[in-house]
Amino acid sequence: MLYKLWRSFIKEIQLLKRDSGGIVIIFLMPLLLIITITLIQDSTFKNLEGSKIPIIFIDNDKSEVSKVITQELKDSKTFELVTDYNEKSAQEAVFGGDYQMAIVIPENLTKDLNSNIDSKVQTVVSSFGLDTDSVSKKITAVKTKDIHLYFDPATNMGFKNSVMNAINKMVFEIENKKIYKAFQDQLGTTENLEENKNLISFKEIIPKNGKLDVIPNSVQHNVPAWALFAIFFIVVPLSINLVKEKSQGTSVRIRISPTPYFIHILGKTFTYLIICVIQFLLMVAVGIWLFPMMDLPQFDVSGKMFHLLIVTLFAGLAAIGFGILIGTMSNTQEQSAPFGATSVVVLAAVGGIWVPVFLMPEFMQKIAAFSPMNWGLNAYYDIILRNSGIGNIAKELAFLFLFYIAMIAISLFYERKQNAV
Amino acid sequence: MENIIEIQNIYKKYKNSEDFSVNDISLNIDKNEIYGILGPNGAGKTTLISMLSGLIKPTSGSFTINGLSPKKDNSKIKQIIGVVPQEYALYPTLTAKENLLFFGSLYGLKHKNLHKKIDEALELMGLTKFANKKIDQFSGGMKRRCNLIAGTLHNPKVLFLDEPTVGVDVQSKKAIIDYLLDLNKKGTCIIYTSHHLSEAEEFCTKIAIIDHGKIHATGTPQELVDRVANAENLEDVFISLTGKELRDVV
Repeated sequence: MLYKLWRSFIKEIQLLKRDSGGIVIIFLMPLLLIITITLIQDSTFKNLEGSKIPIIFIDNDKSEVSKVITQELKDSKTFELVTDYNEKSAQEAVFGGDYQMAIVIPENLTKDLNSNIDSKVQTVVSSFGLDTDSVSKKITAVKTKDIHLYFDPATNMGFKNSVMNAINKMVFEIENKKIYKAFQDQLGTTENLEENKNLISFKEIIPKNGKLDVIPNSVQHNVPAWALFAIFFIVVPLSINLVKEKSQGTSVRIRISPTPYFIHILGKTFTYLIICVIQFLLMVAVGIWLFPMMDLPQFDVSGKMFHLLIVTLFAGLAAIGFGILIGTMSNTQEQSAPFGATSVVVLAAVGGIWVPVFLMPEFMQKIAAFSPMNWGLNAYYDIILRNSGIGNIAKELAFLFLFYIAMIAISLFYERKQNAV
Repeated sequence: MENIIEIQNIYKKYKNSEDFSVNDISLNIDKNEIYGILGPNGAGKTTLISMLSGLIKPTSGSFTINGLSPKKDNSKIKQIIGVVPQEYALYPTLTAKENLLFFGSLYGLKHKNLHKKIDEALELMGLTKFANKKIDQFSGGMKRRCNLIAGTLHNPKVLFLDEPTVGVDVQSKKAIIDYLLDLNKKGTCIIYTSHHLSEAEEFCTKIAIIDHGKIHATGTPQELVDRVANAENLEDVFISLTGKELRDVV
């Protein structure tokens, strides 16, 4: 039996070796994917020299507040401010898609903000029965001023929200400073109230691996996620391999031989399991050696490689089981290839490869719990980002293995049923 | 006389089909025979061979091969039979030797014994110098010869052949027939379907003419010719029993 298994394994390796298209799909495409996605995602959060976003900035205030906003925007190094527009032409340019956004600072913003704050601070100080020189001069509050923001309708919602939050925070800080200053003036104190401006701050506590901090970054997220995607993409060549055996008639020879069909399945399983491990090692190699050369963070696997390989083997089994099922149930390559590719993309989407599961609608989150890619991804993240051991991921590993068993059982049942014509 | 195949009232009706493809066939085949199953397209030849080789199950009826029933001893039957399907049934991107190493191993052949048997068969078929060439570089005749080797490496007691010489040149056909005669001499019973009536007349020791799933006549080629008035050869017998009507099958 072992010799039969060995020859089946050798046959699969020989078939793969001579399928250059299949090798490209299996090894090169995932590498291309991981490099492209990581570069894109990393640059979203990183201000690279020469990649500033041009936005229209119209300063009708031309005073203290607008100067602070201008300086903050310049300091962010994200935006290049284009100033030769008025509000009407800016609106047209942004809505026409020439610019991502426009910021219009209204006239007298500084003056009116100062008046508003002074009026409110004066009211508070008076209510405490404090009389200062300035209180005698009654200040009237003016209507709240609006900073106009225009966005290209095609602008990504995530970008839009983050820009609005940033401007909101900027304005809030300016207001705070002004309020402190107003109190100082009203009370005539010389103490600098601004000194402790952040009375509450936050500090992110990150998991530790021994004495070292584990700092999540786009590489730590992307390498396992896209390695998993690549592993599942073997569904396509594997299912095509099975369909070809049907069309070539070799599956007939296998069926009429005294060798049980599961030996044939095991031969494929071992071969493609090795491919999965090689795929993962290639991804890790790219993360460790290539990414730093591309100004990306290095993928950190220190002390985790064994655990990661265990997850890879189990995720590989799940992918192989799925590929065998698709190959068994398809009659032509036209059925297996598109279905295989599409189903892997769907599984990846549902499994949280692109959008984190916690951001999905509740219904989709429930579905994600049944996705083998989600089990695999959680296991990888547990090891890489949460410093878990094998015991912590035993549940995910068990699910992946049971998925493989279920897929193979359905394939064998279907194959037997189909042949009982 | 010792029967190696005994078929009793076997029927086969495919799903979604109104007619029986094999309709009450009973047949005994001697272990030393080269048995030709002849019939027009759609007569039921391939269905009968597919049932005997375990590819499909009969709707009813039973058969034994070397005294073994497929219901009880399916894996034992698989070990003693060989099948050479009509299509090439080889991996086109593997070499002849790589194909034969894989298919031979499925029958329990291993290591030196497997290599020895492959080398001998390739030599007999004139394929030794092409052993390490990929199948997709082979001509039709070379593929047929390699296909035959793949089904016979384990010296089966019973060999089922479905149109083994279709689409090959005269030289390849002769090599195939000689190889089969040699196998038969060494004790393999051959069950063979073909449209080449003259080849069957020359090659087979016994023939069954089958049409619409039923056997119309059995006997040696000469007995069949003698049985039909004015028949000079097997073709006359065939036309007389199956008619001149075209048999186009979709």
